[in-house]
Amino acid sequence: MKTEVPTIIESEPLLSRSDFKLDKPVKWCAGCGDYAVLSSVQNALPEIGAKKENVVFVSGIGCSSRFPYYINTFGFHGLHGRGAAIASGLKIANPDLSVWHITGDGDSMAIGGNHFIHIIRRNIDVNILLFNNKIYGLTKGQFSPTTPKGSKTKSSPDGTIENPFIPGELAMGAGGSFFARVVDTEPKRMKEVFVLAAKHHGTSVVEILQNCVIFNNKIHQEITGKNVRDDNQIYLEHGKPMIFGKERNKGLILKGYRLEVVTIGENGINEDDILVHNASSSDDALHYMLARMTLPEYPVATGVIRDYECCVFEELLFQQINKAKENTSIKTVDDLINSGNVWTI
Amino acid sequence: MNVSLINDITLPLIFKPLKMSTETKKKTIKLKDVVVKFAGDSGDGMQLSGTQFSDTSAFVGNDLSTFPDYPSEIRAPQGTMAGVSGFQVHIGYKEVKTPGDQADVLVAMNPAALKANMRWVKKGATIIIDIDNFDSRHYKRAGYIEDPLEDDSLDGYNVVKAPISTLNLATTKELGLDSKTAEKTKNQFAVGILYWLLERDLNFGEQFLDEKFASKPLLAKANKLVLRAGYDYAETIEALRSRFMILPTKDRKGKFRNFTGNIAVAWGLMAASERSGRPLFLGSYPITPATEILQELAKRKHLGVKTFQAEDELAGINSAIGASFAGNLAVTTTSGPGLALKSEAIGLAVITELPLVIIDVQRGGPSTGLPTKTEQGDLLQALFGRNGESPTVVIAASTPADCFRYSYMASKIAIEHMTPVILLTDGYLANGSELWKLKKVSSLPRIDPPMVEDYDPDYQPYKRNYKKLNRYWALPGQKGLRHRIGSLEKEDVTGDVSHDPLNHEKMVRLREKKVQRVANYIPEQKVFGEKTGDLLVVGWGGTYGSLLSAVQELQEKGNKISLAQFNYIKPLPKNTREIFKGFKKIVVCELNLGQFALYLRARLPEFELIQYNKIQGLPFMISELKRKFKKILKEVKS
Repeated sequence: MKTEVPTIIESEPLLSRSDFKLDKPVKWCAGCGDYAVLSSVQNALPEIGAKKENVVFVSGIGCSSRFPYYINTFGFHGLHGRGAAIASGLKIANPDLSVWHITGDGDSMAIGGNHFIHIIRRNIDVNILLFNNKIYGLTKGQFSPTTPKGSKTKSSPDGTIENPFIPGELAMGAGGSFFARVVDTEPKRMKEVFVLAAKHHGTSVVEILQNCVIFNNKIHQEITGKNVRDDNQIYLEHGKPMIFGKERNKGLILKGYRLEVVTIGENGINEDDILVHNASSSDDALHYMLARMTLPEYPVATGVIRDYECCVFEELLFQQINKAKENTSIKTVDDLINSGNVWTI
Repeated sequence: MNVSLINDITLPLIFKPLKMSTETKKKTIKLKDVVVKFAGDSGDGMQLSGTQFSDTSAFVGNDLSTFPDYPSEIRAPQGTMAGVSGFQVHIGYKEVKTPGDQADVLVAMNPAALKANMRWVKKGATIIIDIDNFDSRHYKRAGYIEDPLEDDSLDGYNVVKAPISTLNLATTKELGLDSKTAEKTKNQFAVGILYWLLERDLNFGEQFLDEKFASKPLLAKANKLVLRAGYDYAETIEALRSRFMILPTKDRKGKFRNFTGNIAVAWGLMAASERSGRPLFLGSYPITPATEILQELAKRKHLGVKTFQAEDELAGINSAIGASFAGNLAVTTTSGPGLALKSEAIGLAVITELPLVIIDVQRGGPSTGLPTKTEQGDLLQALFGRNGESPTVVIAASTPADCFRYSYMASKIAIEHMTPVILLTDGYLANGSELWKLKKVSSLPRIDPPMVEDYDPDYQPYKRNYKKLNRYWALPGQKGLRHRIGSLEKEDVTGDVSHDPLNHEKMVRLREKKVQRVANYIPEQKVFGEKTGDLLVVGWGGTYGSLLSAVQELQEKGNKISLAQFNYIKPLPKNTREIFKGFKKIVVCELNLGQFALYLRARLPEFELIQYNKIQGLPFMISELKRKFKKILKEVKS
C-alpha cells in the first residue's frame, strides 16, 4: 500500500474524484453495474463536506462488498451480513467519521437481515448502499430474498416459491428516516442521491437497482431500459409533483387508501390534482406506498422517497455521556475505586 | 412462643473454640470462620440478606467469600424446589479462599429451602427455619412425604423454629403496610437472628437498609424494625444459648471492597481504558451469567464508557470490531452459547489483527445447558472453536477479585499485541464475591498502544514490530494513513488481498507466532508449595480457591503436594515444562471432562497426567479434592 505524502497541511484542499481513486485493479466482471456505482460514489464524495481521511467504507461479503478495496478511503471488508454491525460500532466509536456501508441483497436481506433492521431502528448515521441485483452473484447464481417469485435459478430449478422482500418496506417498517432508490444506469442521479444520503442525519438506505451481467442480466430492464424507463419509473423530488411518463402527462393521486396512476387531461384531472412529494414528512404512510409500487400497475419509484430528520443514536448517546460527566464527582477510575463501601482493615 | 429445642447445641467440627467468654448471660464462642447460608423462595430477599450480612462482616474486618446459588427461573412457583434461591457466605478471621463446602448455619425460609440444602449443611449445624411455613401444604410442595420436623432427619442439628412470618407481620403492623409489602421484610427477621448469633453490630445492617431503600423511607423503616425484632428475638429465646464471634482479620491490612467477578471484570476494563488512553466500547447481548458486566458498564457513562446493547451476539462482537478499527478498547461479553455465535467474528479479529477482548463467563453446557450454574466447559471452544488456523490468546481469572487483574491484562495484551484475547471466567467467579485490596490505576502495568503518527511515510497496514510481531494501529480519521483491511487473506506487509499459496502459509505461521510470543510478556507460572514433590495439582481459572485450600490442608499434614493454577493458557507460561518435571505425579482438576488435560497432553506429551473431573454445575468441594489427592499420594508412596 502506497503511503500518501501531504501536499497542503494548513488548509483543507478542495477534493475531487481523483482523491478517491485507487491505483489498483478493480476485479468486477466486465459490464457489471458496480463500476457505475463506484464512479458515482467517487463523484459524490467531494461534495459531502467530509475530509478525505474521515471517510470509511465498510462492507459485508458478496460481489458488491469488495467495494472498499477499490476506493481510496479507509476501508473495512467484514463478514457476510455483519457490515451494519461493524459500521455501527465504528460510527459510535468515532462520530466524526463519514461511514458508508456497502451491502447486497443477500448480505443485508438474508444473512444480515437482523442487523439491517436494527441499524435503521436505532438511526445511526451510516449511509447504506444496498446493491440489489436480485441474485447471489459471488456464489454463482442462486436466488436471493429479492428474487421475483417463480424465478428459475440454480437453486430453484422449478422456480422460487418464496415471496420476495421489497427493501424499502423493510427500511420503512424498521422506522427508517431515509430511503432512496436509484438505478445503476443513471450515474448523475445516483450521484445526486448519494450526496443527499450523506447529508441526511441518521441511517440512510439507498437501494441501487444493479445489474448482474453474468447471472441475472437485464433483471431491471423493464425499469431501466431506454424505451421504457420514462413510463416505468417515477423520479421523486421533494416539493415537486409526482409526474412521470414520456409525455410527462401521468401522475399519482391518492384514492381512498391507495395510490392511483392517472393521466393529466383525462377524466377531468389536471396538474393540481397530482400529489406533491413531501420526503421530509414524519408520517411514512405515503412513503411506504411509494416504496412498494411495482410494475405493471405502477411505475417504480426512484429518487429520495423519505428524508425525515429525527433523533440520531450516537448523538443521544454522547448527550447522555456528557451529562453524566458533568453530574458526577467520580471523574477517574481511582475515584470510582475509592467510592461507596470501602473498608479499612 | 413456638420455640423448642431439639437438641443441645452440638458444635460442628469447624467450630473450634478459641476462647470462651462468660461475661454475658449467654456464652460467646470465638471462631476461626463460619459459613452461613440463606435459602428461601426466589423473591424472599435471600440475595439481599446475604449481601447485607457480608457487607457488615467486611465492615467489622473479617475476610469473606460469597456465592449466590439461584435458579434460572425468575419466580418459580412458591415453595417448590425449583424456586429455591440461596446465598452462601464464608466469613473468617484468616484469609478465606472459598465460599465454603458446607454451612454451619442455614436459614431456611420454607421446607423446600431446607430440603434443597440439607446436603450442604454440616452435621450439627444450626438451622433456623420459619416455622410458619412448615405445614402440610408446604411439605407437599417441597416434595416431602413426612413432616421433616417429626421424622429423625434433623437429629443432631440445632434447629431453631422461629415464627418468622407471624412476628414479621406483628412488627410491621403499626406501619400500615399492605400484606404484600409486609411479606417482603421477613428476610430481615432472619438476618436479625444472625446478627445476634454472630455478634454483628446492628447499626451496619441498618445503614445498609437505609442505602438500599434510600428512595423508599417507609420500606427502610419497616425493614429496620424487623431486623431489630429478629435480633431481640434471638437474644431472648432458649434455643440459642451461645453466640459466635469471628475476630477481625489480623494478617491483612489496608483498604478493601467487596467485589463480584462480574463487577471486577468491568472495573478492570475501565482501568485499562484509562491507562491506555483508549476509550472503552462494549458491544454485548444480555446472557446469563455475564449480563452484570454490561449493566455495570452501562452505569459508567460518567467515565466516558460507551455500551451498545446489540440485537444479537453477532452484532455485539462485530460492533466491537468496528469500534476497535476506530481505535477504541473494544470488548464483548458473553457466555458459552454466545461464544459459539461469535466464533466467525473472532476469526475476523484474528485476520484483521485488531485488539479485541472477548469475555466468556462460562456456564453449564452444552446448548442452553445450565444457565445459572458454573462449569469450565468452554476451554476448547475458546482455544480452537473457529474455522481455519485462528489463534487467539486465552487467559482465565481465578478468583472473583482477580477478575479485575485479568480483564486488565486481557486488555493490555490485546492492545499491545494487536490480537483478540479471550478471557474465561465462570458463573462461580462472576456471582461470587470476595474482598479486594484497592489499587491505584497508576500502579498497574503500563499499556502502550502501537499507534501510528499522521503521515508516517513508512506505515504499511501489515508491517510488524519485529519483537512482538504485532502490526500497528492506524485509525480512520488520521491523516495520510488511508488503508483497507478485511476478512480476506492479507499479503504480508502491504495488507493487500492475496491468494498466493506461500504468502498464506507465511501469514498463518506469523499469526500463530505472534500469539506464541505473548509468552515473553507474561509472568512465569507460580507454584504454591515446594517446586518438587510427590504430587502436582494442576488447575486453571475459577477452581483456584478450592484447589489451594485442599492442597494447603494436605501440606500442613506434611504431604509433598503443590499447586500450579494456570491463568495464562494460550500461550502457556514458558516454565510450565520445568514445573511439571519436578513432580512424581500430576493431577489435572477441572470442572469438565478434561479439556485442559487434553491441551496439556498435546503441548507437553512427555508427561503422564491423571485427571479429576466434576461436571455437576457445582464448584469442587475441598473434602472431595482431599480424598482424591490422598489416594494419589498413597499410590506414590506404595
